[in-house]
Amino acid sequence: MMKGGRIFAKIYLWVLMAVLYAPIVFIAVFSFTEAKSLGNWTGFSLRLYQNLFTGSMQNSAGLLSAVKNTVLIALAAATAATILGTLAAIGISKLKPRNRAVMSFLNNIPMINPDIITGVSLFLLFVFLHISQGYTTVILAHITFCTPYVVLNVMPKLSQLNPNIYEAALDLGATPMQALRKVLVPALRPGMISGFILSFTMSLDDFAVTFFTRGTIGLDTLSTFIYTDARKGGLTPELKPLMTIIFLIILVVLLLINIRNSKNDNKR
Amino acid sequence: MASEERIIDIGHLCKSFGEKKVLDDINLYVRKGEFLTLLGPSGCGKTTLLRMIAGFMRPDSGSILLEGKDILDTPPHLRPLNTVFQRYALFPHLDVYDNIAFGLKLKKVPEEEIDKRVRKVLKLVAMSDYEDRDVETLSGGQQQRIAIARAIVNRPKVLLLDEPLAALDLKMRKDMQIELKEMHQKLGITFIYVTHDQEEALTLSDTIVVMNEGKIQQIGTPTDIYNEPVNSFVADFIGESNILNGTMIEDKRVSFIGHDFDCVDKGFGENVPVDVVIRPEDIYIKKNTEGEQFTGTVRSCTFKGVHYEMFVDTDSGNELMIQDYNAFEPGTTVGMHIRPGDIQVMKKERTQNSYRASVVADGRVSFLGAEWECSTDGFSAGDEVIARIAFGKVDLLDHEDEAVTTGNVDFILYKGNHYHLTIKTESGEKIWVDTNDVWDKNDFVGIRIAPKDIQIVKADDGNE
Repeated sequence: MMKGGRIFAKIYLWVLMAVLYAPIVFIAVFSFTEAKSLGNWTGFSLRLYQNLFTGSMQNSAGLLSAVKNTVLIALAAATAATILGTLAAIGISKLKPRNRAVMSFLNNIPMINPDIITGVSLFLLFVFLHISQGYTTVILAHITFCTPYVVLNVMPKLSQLNPNIYEAALDLGATPMQALRKVLVPALRPGMISGFILSFTMSLDDFAVTFFTRGTIGLDTLSTFIYTDARKGGLTPELKPLMTIIFLIILVVLLLINIRNSKNDNKR
Repeated sequence: MASEERIIDIGHLCKSFGEKKVLDDINLYVRKGEFLTLLGPSGCGKTTLLRMIAGFMRPDSGSILLEGKDILDTPPHLRPLNTVFQRYALFPHLDVYDNIAFGLKLKKVPEEEIDKRVRKVLKLVAMSDYEDRDVETLSGGQQQRIAIARAIVNRPKVLLLDEPLAALDLKMRKDMQIELKEMHQKLGITFIYVTHDQEEALTLSDTIVVMNEGKIQQIGTPTDIYNEPVNSFVADFIGESNILNGTMIEDKRVSFIGHDFDCVDKGFGENVPVDVVIRPEDIYIKKNTEGEQFTGTVRSCTFKGVHYEMFVDTDSGNELMIQDYNAFEPGTTVGMHIRPGDIQVMKKERTQNSYRASVVADGRVSFLGAEWECSTDGFSAGDEVIARIAFGKVDLLDHEDEAVTTGNVDFILYKGNHYHLTIKTESGEKIWVDTNDVWDKNDFVGIRIAPKDIQIVKADDGNE
């Protein structure tokens, strides 16, 4: 009986893993064949990778600019959100306990708010303010939904910090700006980095908010490009190798962070 | 060691947080080179005062002069003072060397000089081999040394220390006390030290400033403060003491615990109620009772390492704490005497409770934020009066029913045969109570006063 239970648990685990990873494995495997329609294996080939990097495919310009836009927007939004979120976290930590609880609560709302609502409300706001939609509005929108994540990542670092550390810097002759730059920011750096990475990935795969705030100038990020592409009659086959590459990059970054963290833990 | 020259001059400093007065008209000067300690229980305002000198907080009013110049508008980074913080506040991302060099680098001191000064100061705090260490790998005591080094390497005019030893264990604390004292002598820098530990203050200081509830209670040398406390708070806070009710019969003659004693104090007037302080080591205890000033029976005797601590019930029903090198078994009848110079007489801060009150109706007055029944003969509604209540006539109840108002026990003083309690009432005022019942600090109490015990007098009669 005991043994049967354990076997069942193992099977359950493997089924779960299969369900989670099958789609990714599926795409990765089929990125190494030439067939246009998904699920047709016509022999191993690096043709799609070749097409992707040489640009010899249909709508190659559109795909490349979408990738470029995605990365640029994610970098800009994550950078701005990291700065804003860190400053906000420092401010919140200096509030009286009651106000701090209120601010932390307000900070959590945008994170649980459905993207579609964030997207539509930002769209209405930009229209109301007569801001012409395009790059600026997409970046502003991404900063809006990324900042709370940075605050959430920096706050615990702040509460671990000795409350006198900022004053100690002032005491030793640092101006408030120097104290922030030379003492607070380095001490908060781990939280800021994880906030930045989280913001970057949030921005990278956002669809709903981008869709509502990109306007009509034909600005495409990867997610909106794929959406339009799929509706035009089937996915561009070169998306398969692209997805595989993105997945691998994220996997490597994640592994690096984990290795770094476990090294830091050992040092303590 | 300390010169007469004043380095810091503080005048009429006040600060309130909302309703609460944290600092109430603080006047204080610090002499160049001295070791001055701000001593008091938590919440007495000592840390607030230190933070104001450092520049982290602004007073509501008053002035702080450094070498004659007002520094209130000088931001902390421009004040030539350095602070050693409670729990060290070292920079976790920098190693020992860079923590200490932090201030010098900001001041753009040349590289070789930084190097020289950092090494010198590391030697001073006996941490020479630690310069490359990560500060988080150091023990509490080592971190404390680095925090001190980081401050003194900048050669401040005044070093501010905020309970620097509070987080260390007892043994470590004792060692660091000696080192701090030596460091102070070697460096010649003025130290302002904040602590709630009276023993630490007595050991280290040239001058002690005793604070309570935002006010300075007494300023003096450790011996002054210990031998001649100015009020019962100081007497109780510094060291062990017997605090007793007494009466000054005439100059150099005082009566307490049912006997008359010669003393050295004068100028109190005749037959004036006073507080008397006797340190437990100043009562001489003998086996024979003949020729002694008074007698008693030993109730308990505890070995304390160097001396024995005994509680003795005197012939007049008071309890005295006595410390002596000889042990006397419980039950022994003993004779005791006290030398005139060891009797410290203090003016009573008050002899009864006294409040501004107003007559609400016939037989009812209002004070302490409540209405009380009492005789209002000779007054009519609306009159402003003074209500007086003797300390012993206030009833404390452990429940709210039947109580007119409520409060919490704020301060307890044992007076040999009764407790003298300070109760903070709901209205934020204080009432003083003599009682034989045992209460604990912060206990919730109901307050009741019998109508006959509230004495009403005309407002302009009482100048209290």
